[in-house]
Amino acid sequence: MHPFRIPGSFALMLATLVFASAVSAQTSERLLANGMKVIVIEDHRAPTVAHMAWYRAGSIDEVNGKTGVAHVLEHLMFKGTKAVGPGEFSRQVAALGGRENAFTSRDYTGYYQQLHKSHLAKVMELESDRMTNLELTAEEFSREIKVVMEERRLRTEDQASSLVYEQLMAAAFIASPVRSPVVGWMNDLQSMRVEDTREWYRNWYAPNNALLVVAGDVDPKQVFDLADKTYGRVPSRALPARKPQIEPAQRGVRRLRIKAPAENPSVLMGFRVPKLEAVDASDDAYALELLSAVLDLDENGRLTRSVVRGSRVANRAGAGYDMVARGPVLFLLSGTPAQGKSTEDVEAALRGEIARIARDGVGEDELRRVKAQYVASRVYKRDSVFGQAMEAAGLEISGFSHADADAILERIRKVNARQIQDVAGRYFDEDSLTVVTLDPQPLPKDANAGKATLRTRH
Amino acid sequence: MLAIATFVAALWPSLASAVLPIEHWKTAAGARVYFVHAPSIPMLDISIGLDAGGRYDPVGKEGLASMTNAMLAKGAGDLDESAMAERFAMVGAEHGGGAGDDRASVTLRTLSSPAELETAVSTLQLMLTRPSFPQTVLKREKERAVQGLREAQAKPGNIARRAFNQALYGAHPYGRDSTPASVEAVGREDLVAFWRDNYTASRAVVAMIGAITREQAAQIAERLTANLPAGSAPPAVPEVARIEQGREQRIEHPSTQSHILIGLPAIAWGDSDQFALLVGNYVLGGGGFVSRLYDEVREKRGLAYSVYSYFSPSLQPGPFTIGLQTAREQTGTALQVVRDTLERFLTAGPTEQELAAAKANLVGGFALRIDSNRKILDYLSLIGFYGLPLDYLDRWPERVSAVTMQQVQEAFKRHVRPQALSTIVVGDGKAPGK
Repeated sequence: MHPFRIPGSFALMLATLVFASAVSAQTSERLLANGMKVIVIEDHRAPTVAHMAWYRAGSIDEVNGKTGVAHVLEHLMFKGTKAVGPGEFSRQVAALGGRENAFTSRDYTGYYQQLHKSHLAKVMELESDRMTNLELTAEEFSREIKVVMEERRLRTEDQASSLVYEQLMAAAFIASPVRSPVVGWMNDLQSMRVEDTREWYRNWYAPNNALLVVAGDVDPKQVFDLADKTYGRVPSRALPARKPQIEPAQRGVRRLRIKAPAENPSVLMGFRVPKLEAVDASDDAYALELLSAVLDLDENGRLTRSVVRGSRVANRAGAGYDMVARGPVLFLLSGTPAQGKSTEDVEAALRGEIARIARDGVGEDELRRVKAQYVASRVYKRDSVFGQAMEAAGLEISGFSHADADAILERIRKVNARQIQDVAGRYFDEDSLTVVTLDPQPLPKDANAGKATLRTRH
Repeated sequence: MLAIATFVAALWPSLASAVLPIEHWKTAAGARVYFVHAPSIPMLDISIGLDAGGRYDPVGKEGLASMTNAMLAKGAGDLDESAMAERFAMVGAEHGGGAGDDRASVTLRTLSSPAELETAVSTLQLMLTRPSFPQTVLKREKERAVQGLREAQAKPGNIARRAFNQALYGAHPYGRDSTPASVEAVGREDLVAFWRDNYTASRAVVAMIGAITREQAAQIAERLTANLPAGSAPPAVPEVARIEQGREQRIEHPSTQSHILIGLPAIAWGDSDQFALLVGNYVLGGGGFVSRLYDEVREKRGLAYSVYSYFSPSLQPGPFTIGLQTAREQTGTALQVVRDTLERFLTAGPTEQELAAAKANLVGGFALRIDSNRKILDYLSLIGFYGLPLDYLDRWPERVSAVTMQQVQEAFKRHVRPQALSTIVVGDGKAPGK
C-alpha cells in the first residue's frame, strides 16, 4: 500500500535540480452559470485529450438498504438517453477512436473518455446529455444488476483480502456511511429496484454537483465555450441535504476474526486518525502522511526493512493513509506472517514500528529520501494527461482546489522529524484501533489435484 | 528539400519514423538501442529488454528467469539491497522489471537533471553488470515467493490460467508455471548461471525516451551494456506443437463464480495475419464495450462482468484466449452463449458495419497509443525485442485500414480452429455444461 501522493510544482524542486524547460502544466478554471466547475489542464505534447465528468456522489451518500446504488447508476449511465439508445453512447465513442470507462468510489462517481482532440465537442455533447436525459428502464436495470452482482463476486466474494477490508471498514465505522462497501452489500443489490436508481439520479446528477476536467492538447477558451454550449444548458437543481453522520469517537479496541477461503493468515489494522480538513489546518494530517511514507513509501520503508527483511516476522507488510477524503479516514497497517510466525506477532511488530518512531523519531536521511520521491513523482505525473486530470478532480471533489496541490506539497516538504514523532505518539492508542484477522480456510485437499474431468471436445 | 532530407538522414543514420522520430543504433557490445528525444518533461525512461525469459527455465526450476530478474536489485557490487534501494529513492528514481515467457526487462524512470540522472543510471548499471545474488536474501525471497504461490494456487482465476497453459502447451516452456517445488529447487548458482548466460548485450535491447540528447543516450547505452556478461548460446526451445484436438477440463472449486478460459496456441510475432486478427478480434471480443462477446454475454444476459477475447503473439505461437467469470449456476448457460457467439463469428465473420467500426476505432484511436513517454517506451521495447521494422508505428494505421473482410475470415479460419480449442472451467466442476 502506498500513501496518497500529493503533487507539487516546479518552483519547489530540490535545490540541485536545474531544468532546461520549466514549463509546468497550465491549468485554468471557470464556473458555469449553473454551478458546474470546469477545469482545463493543457498538455500539448500529443493531439489527444482526456475528458472527465465527476459527480460529488459516492457510497458515502448512500443509505442503509440501498448501498451500491451509486455504482449501479454508474453502470446504467451507459444504457441510453432519450436521444441516444442503450449501448449507443459506447458505440459512438468507439467510432470516434475513443477509450472510455467510469468508476465509483466512496466520495465520487466519474466518467471519462480519452480520444483525439478533434472529437472533444462530441463527447461533451454526449456526456452532458446523459447528465440530464438518462432513461432508466426496469428492463435494462434487471440485466445490469446481474452484472453488478458478478462484479461483486469477482472482486469481493471470491477474494479473501477484499472480504477482510470490507469487514474492517464495517467494524471501524459504526455511524458513517463509509462503512458500507462501494459495490454494496449483496442483499441490497438483490433487493434493489430501478426506482432506487431513479431516485439517486434525480438527487445527485445536477451540474451544480458536478465537475468537468479536460486535459490535453486543448485551448481553454474553446473548452469553456463548448462547456457553456453543452453542460451550460443543463439547469441546476437543489440538492438533498447531506446529513453529516459524524462517526462518534471510538471507545475501545475492536477485534474481529473472519474465515474465508485462503491459504495464508493475514492481519489488517485501522486506526482512526484525522484527515486533511483544510490546506492550512493543523499539521497532523501532513505528519501522518509522512509517517505513512516513512513506513512504506519505498523498499527501504521501516516496515519492509525491519519487519520483512530484518526480523522476518512478516512476508508482506504495508501501511496506507489517504489524507484527502470527504469522510472519515483510517491509517492502515497490514501484514502476512512469515513461516513460524503468527498474526499476533505481525500485529505486535507493526505496532512496534510506530511505537519506535514515537520513542525515537525518524532520521533526517529518511525524511530526505521520502520527500525526494514526492517531488520526483510530481514530475513523472506530467507524463500522464489522465493522471493529472484524476488528481485535479480528486482534490476538487473533496472540497479543495486543484491549485492547492502546490501548497499541499509545500506543507509536506516542511514536515519535520519532531512532528512525525509527535503524531506517532498521539494517534496509535489501542482505543482507536480495529483489527481484522483472516483465519484461512484452505481448499479441500482434492480440489486442485483430483476432481478434474478431462474430456476431449467433439 | 531533397538535399536537406538527405543531410538529416546522414546526420542521424536511422531516423526512421515520421510518426515518431526513433533513432536506432548498436552499442559497441552489440546491444540494439532505440531512442526518442522528448524534451518537454525533465525525465528519462529506460527499458532494457533481455532474451532471458521463462522459456529458458529448466524443467523443475520454473521461475528461475523471474527470480534472477527480481534478485538483480537485491545486491550488486559492494552495495546490499538497502543501499541500492536508498540510492534510487534518494534521487526519486523508480526501477522495475520482470520476466515473461520470452522477455525479461529492467526498467528505470529518473529525473534528467545531471546529478539525479548519474546516480540512477550508475546504480542501474551496477544491477545489470555486477549483481551479487546474496544467499540470505535469496532464501528469504524464496520463502515469500512460495507463500505467494500457495495463496495464488488457491484462487480460481489462477488455477484456470495454469490449467489453460498446460492444456495448450503441455510440456513446452510456455505451458510450465512455477510451483513451490520448482522455486525451492532454484539455488544461487542457478541464478548466477542464468544471468551469465542470458543477460548479454548481443541479445539485449535498450529503449529510451526522455529529455536527453542523442549523445547522452549513446553514452548511457554504452555504460549499461559494456560490461554485461559474454553470454552463451541459449538452450534450444522446441516448437509449439500444433493442436488438432483440444480438451475440456473442469476443476471443482468452492468459489461463487466459475472462471472460464477457452483457447489455443495461435500466433507468433511477424505473422502476416496479425492485423487481420487484430481487426477481427476487436469485433469478437476486444472492442471494450462494443464487442460481440460483451453484447451477448454481458449486455443481453447479464452473465458476466468481465468477458473478453484477445491474441497474445509471442516469439512462438502465443494463445488466443476467450475469458469470463460467471455465477457457478450459470456456467452451462454462459459456456453455450460463448460457444454460439464464437461459432457464428467463425462461420460468417464480421458484418461490413462491424468491420468499418473496428477500423474506425483502431485507426481513430491510434494517437492514444503514443501520447505519453511511458506508452512510447513500451512500443520501443516491443519493436526492439521482436525485431519489428522501425516504421511499424508509421505503417500501423494503414495496415489496419487495409484489412479486408476476406482476410479476417481466412485468418480466423487458419488460427482459431474450433476442434483445437481447449476449455477450462474452474468452479462448477461437475459434468457437462452443454
